[in-house]
Amino acid sequence: MKIDSIINGIVLDHITAGKAMSVYNALGLDKLDCSVAIIKNVKSTKMGKKDILKIDNDFEVDLDVLGYLDPNITVSIIRNGVTVEKKKLTLPKRIVNVEKCKNPRCITSQEQDLDHIFYLANEKERIYRCMYCESRVNKK
Amino acid sequence: MKYLIDSMDLSVEEIDDLIDLAQDIIKDKSRYQDVCRHKILATLFFEPSTRTRLSFESAMLSLGGKVLGFSNANSSSATKGESVTDTIWTVSCYSDIIAMRHPKEGAPLVALKRSKVPLINAGDGGHNHPTQTLTDLLTIKREKGRLDNLTIGFCGDLKFGRTVHSLLKALSRYPHMKFIFISPRELRIPEYLKQDLLDAKNLDYREVEKVEDVIEELDIIYMTRVQKERFFNEQDYIRLKDTYILDKKKIEKSKKDLIILHPLPRVNEIATELDDDPRAKYFDQVQNGRYVRMALIMTMLGLENEVDRHED
Repeated sequence: MKIDSIINGIVLDHITAGKAMSVYNALGLDKLDCSVAIIKNVKSTKMGKKDILKIDNDFEVDLDVLGYLDPNITVSIIRNGVTVEKKKLTLPKRIVNVEKCKNPRCITSQEQDLDHIFYLANEKERIYRCMYCESRVNKK
Repeated sequence: MKYLIDSMDLSVEEIDDLIDLAQDIIKDKSRYQDVCRHKILATLFFEPSTRTRLSFESAMLSLGGKVLGFSNANSSSATKGESVTDTIWTVSCYSDIIAMRHPKEGAPLVALKRSKVPLINAGDGGHNHPTQTLTDLLTIKREKGRLDNLTIGFCGDLKFGRTVHSLLKALSRYPHMKFIFISPRELRIPEYLKQDLLDAKNLDYREVEKVEDVIEELDIIYMTRVQKERFFNEQDYIRLKDTYILDKKKIEKSKKDLIILHPLPRVNEIATELDDDPRAKYFDQVQNGRYVRMALIMTMLGLENEVDRHED
C-alpha cells in the first residue's frame, strides 16, 4: 500500500496500533479541510504494528494533548518535502478540557462553565487527577 | 496566608506557629478578646453543620469580631442557581474573611478565584476538612506532647471521611509515623492517597478489618462516623453503618495513654460508656477546635502578632 509523501504538513508516527482514530478525534482533525491520511497497522520493527497520521497542511498540533494521549508518538514537521523538525513529547503537567471528571461529588458536576482540569499526579504511573476533587481520570 | 483549602496548603512551620498561638490563647483568652474588633467573618454553609459553623462563629466572637452568613444552601441564592464563584464574590464585598462549607468536592478551590478576602475551606464533600485537621493536631500535641513518632489507627469510613484524608496528609510529613487503617473493604482509604502519598513517600502503613487486632499498638485511635449523606445507595449505608462500635471491651488491651479521637458528630460508633474514660478526648477536640480557629482567623487576617505571647 502506498501513500503519497506530503510536501508541507505534519506526520504523527509511532501511534500505538488501533489508536489513530482517538488521536484524530482528540486533535480535532475532523475539522480540517486538507487531506488527512489515517494509516493503520503499519509494520514496525520497534512496535510490531503502529498507526500513522499524515496531515497535508500547516497545523498547530496541541502537543499537550498528544503528550497526554501517548508521549511515544513522534511529530515531524515537513517543509518542501523535507523533515525540518522533530518534536519530542512529554507528559503535560496539566490538561484542560481533554477529559471530563466523572466524580458525581465533584464541583464540576454542578457548575457547568468550569474547565475540567487534570494535573499530573504521578509521572511514573502516568496518573492524572482532577484539580478540584483529586479523582483519577479514567483514560479512554 | 490568603487561603486554606487543603491541609497541605500549610507548611509544617505554619502548622507549628498556629499550634503555638492556639496554646498561648488557651493560657489566657482574655488577652485576645479584642484582636479582631471591627472585622467580619462570613460563614457560608451550603451544607448543614453544627460544630464547625458554631466553632468558627464562637472563635470570631471570642476575638471581638462579628459574624454573618447562612447555615443552609436553601437560605442562599444557590437555590436560584447562583454559581459558587458569584456567591463568594458577593460575600467577599461584605466581609473580611470567609469560612465556607460545600457538599461538592473542590468548591472552595473554585470560590478562591473570585474571593477578595482570605478564604477557609470548612469542608468540601468527602474531600478535605483542614480546620478539623488543625483541631486534631492541636489535640494530639496537647495530649501527646509531639506530632511525630506515633502510631495512629484510623477507624470506620476511611473512603468518604474527609477529616481522615486531611489529617493523614498533614501527619505524613512528620517523621516516624505509623498508620493503621481499620475499615470494611467497601470503605477503605482512597486509592489516590495510597498511591500518591503513602506509597510515594514510602510510609509505614497497613490495612486491617478488626480494631481488636491492632488496639495494643496504637497511641491514637481516630474514629469516624459512616456518613449517610455520602452514600447514593441507602442499602449500602444501612449495611455498613454499624460496622465499628468502640466500647470498653474493645479497648481493654490498649496502651494506658491511648487517646480516642473523633471529629464528631458521633452516632453510635463510640459507646457512651467511654465518655468518662480518661482515654476519651473527643470533647477536648471540640474545645481545641475553637482555639485553633481563633489562631487561624488571626493569622489569616495578619493579626497573629497583635498580642505579646506568654513567656513559658
